[in-house]
Amino acid sequence: MESTIYQSRHRKIALGLSIIPGLGQLYNRQYMKGIFFLVLTVSFFIVFHDLLDIGLWGLVTLGEIVPRDHSIFLLVEGILAAIVLVFGLGFYAFNLQDAYKNGQKRDLGLKINSLREQYQTLVDSGFPYLMISPGFILLIFVVVFPIIFVVLLAFTNYDLYHTPPAKLVDWVGLQNFVDLVKLDLWRKTFINVLAWTIIWTFGATTLQIALGIFLAILVNQKDLKGKAIIRTIFILPWAVPAFVTILIFAGMFNESFGAVNQTILASLGLPAIDWMTNPFWTKVALIFIQTWLGFPFIFAMTTGVLQSIPSELYEAATVDGATAWQKFTKITLPLVLYTVAPILITQYTFNFNNFNIIYLFNGGGPAVSGQNAGATDILISWIYRLTMTSAQYSKAAAVTLLLSLVVVSVALWQFRRTRSFKEEDMM
Amino acid sequence: MGMKRRKIIRLTLSYIVILVVAAIIVYPLLWVIGSSFNPGQSLSGSKMIPENATLAHYKELFDPDQSDYLRWYWNSLKISTLTMVFSVILVSLTAYSFSRYRFIGRKNGLITFLILQMIPNFAALIAIYVLGLLTKLIDTHLGLILVYVGGFIPMNTWLMKGYLDTIPRELDESARIDGAGHLRIFWQIIMPLAKPIIAVVALFTFTGPFADFILASVLLRSKEKYTLAVGLYDLVAKQFGSEFTTFAAGSVLIALPIAILFLSFQKYFVSGLTAGGTKG
Repeated sequence: MESTIYQSRHRKIALGLSIIPGLGQLYNRQYMKGIFFLVLTVSFFIVFHDLLDIGLWGLVTLGEIVPRDHSIFLLVEGILAAIVLVFGLGFYAFNLQDAYKNGQKRDLGLKINSLREQYQTLVDSGFPYLMISPGFILLIFVVVFPIIFVVLLAFTNYDLYHTPPAKLVDWVGLQNFVDLVKLDLWRKTFINVLAWTIIWTFGATTLQIALGIFLAILVNQKDLKGKAIIRTIFILPWAVPAFVTILIFAGMFNESFGAVNQTILASLGLPAIDWMTNPFWTKVALIFIQTWLGFPFIFAMTTGVLQSIPSELYEAATVDGATAWQKFTKITLPLVLYTVAPILITQYTFNFNNFNIIYLFNGGGPAVSGQNAGATDILISWIYRLTMTSAQYSKAAAVTLLLSLVVVSVALWQFRRTRSFKEEDMM
Repeated sequence: MGMKRRKIIRLTLSYIVILVVAAIIVYPLLWVIGSSFNPGQSLSGSKMIPENATLAHYKELFDPDQSDYLRWYWNSLKISTLTMVFSVILVSLTAYSFSRYRFIGRKNGLITFLILQMIPNFAALIAIYVLGLLTKLIDTHLGLILVYVGGFIPMNTWLMKGYLDTIPRELDESARIDGAGHLRIFWQIIMPLAKPIIAVVALFTFTGPFADFILASVLLRSKEKYTLAVGLYDLVAKQFGSEFTTFAAGSVLIALPIAILFLSFQKYFVSGLTAGGTKG
């Protein structure tokens, strides 16, 4: 048998006493720690008693009497209560473990850390926690909390007709998701928006990547003159803030006074195009603008990689009799793609959520009959429209949830493939 | 002879492509600069090189009685700078802990960050709006800054951690043997070596709020609190076209300083990004 023979049962007594945090520590003669734990527990209940009581009740019922209970505030308090409870339980588990461990030490006849030693280990092992906690707490409130809120909201009927304080909001289970699939208006909108989101993400991103890499290789030709000035010009779209450029383009593509119709097309003898009212042409314009905005970043990255490829590689290839095309496909392209690949994926996720260009260019429009999203609305701008203009909060939350699921699965798939995920220590 | 002719053709084609691209890039920028000097408010009949150029639109923007432009500019600079400072501090602390310490919850923390960085926090804008109402932080710059900083933490922590992982650990170990404490190693050894990635994080966290439209437009309600992005959109969306020249002047005043700043620092960003990015 492997089990250690204990002289005494301190560990069990300490563990049992620690059902009330602090008592076990007192029993282990760690008086300062014990008192601290006790005080912490008592103050936790005094401070959070009301929040826990009302919050958890509110989370389940979402309120019962109309003017008194505000469902949304109750939901918020409920989430806060749940978060506080999780922290409390975490502390409680730590307290139990601490009492048991120190009791075990006494059972084995080991000395228990003195106050000074406790302080030292606290500083050493607590330092990373101390460093993380400010960022972590902020993260909980402005990122994690909103996500939980939206997830829960997706299962309620919070919309224009159920708006507190006049009305209560109720849990409706999967009703929102069922509506998205079953009701004609919602299904049609959802499918159209999703389809355009996918075309937009792949079309615009691939185009900007291809152009960026192509131009970088073009400019990097050894015997090309004026590289510095060309590179500066090519990076200009990246240097100008995108929201400014998008608004400028919105002006340029304006059907009545914009330069595209008035100057460029007119001077080529072409008829004016309805950029802002014809869904097809709005989409073309959007993809063109995003390519304009996005390629310089890829261009700069690729240029950086190209400059770091040692010239010996090419010289050796020349000695071996490789043609220019072979050098390009066997040396340049693989090296570029290998280094730039992680950045490329973030470009796709960026465009998937590229709210600014869709909203600032044409507000997601033009409007389409028979659906409650504009012709160029992508998922994220549709969510904005549902929230800010038509007060369809629970539907917006349901769409957000679906969007997040897509993004998260792509993210996990991507990182499962990267090297650092496999190296336990680096991760 | 054949070689030389092929070279000439290749170079000529390259120059033609470059010229076309350069023209497409420069045209909108010149167009907006030209518009900003055009007399009158509307653009109909305006020219790229106006005959009687005027600075009237610039004067209007700089006159606090006529427009809130200067205030928006100040708001944007303030919000971006504060967001940058707080983000860099918090991100450095978390990235350093994740890179250098092995503590309980580290792996789960990293995976959480990984997932969170993929969900833009403006997707949850209803929640942010309600939270703002509850905490009375709606329509305040503090609320907006907090949301920005929190949103920047996950992605930038990963970015910086990737870079810090490449700094050899022998450095901190030898410093520890020499008696340096936790804070001292962080502050005097690692941070100076991490300058390139700090520059990248600073750039991202500064330009993020500057270019953000969605969160600012949800949280900021009163006109004098707007940031540039919201204000400029307001200027242009209300009666599109009728104030376009003023808008153009406003755009030039934003684009010019930022572009100059950006072009002078651009080199460093690229090297910092590729170094951090490849290590992921």
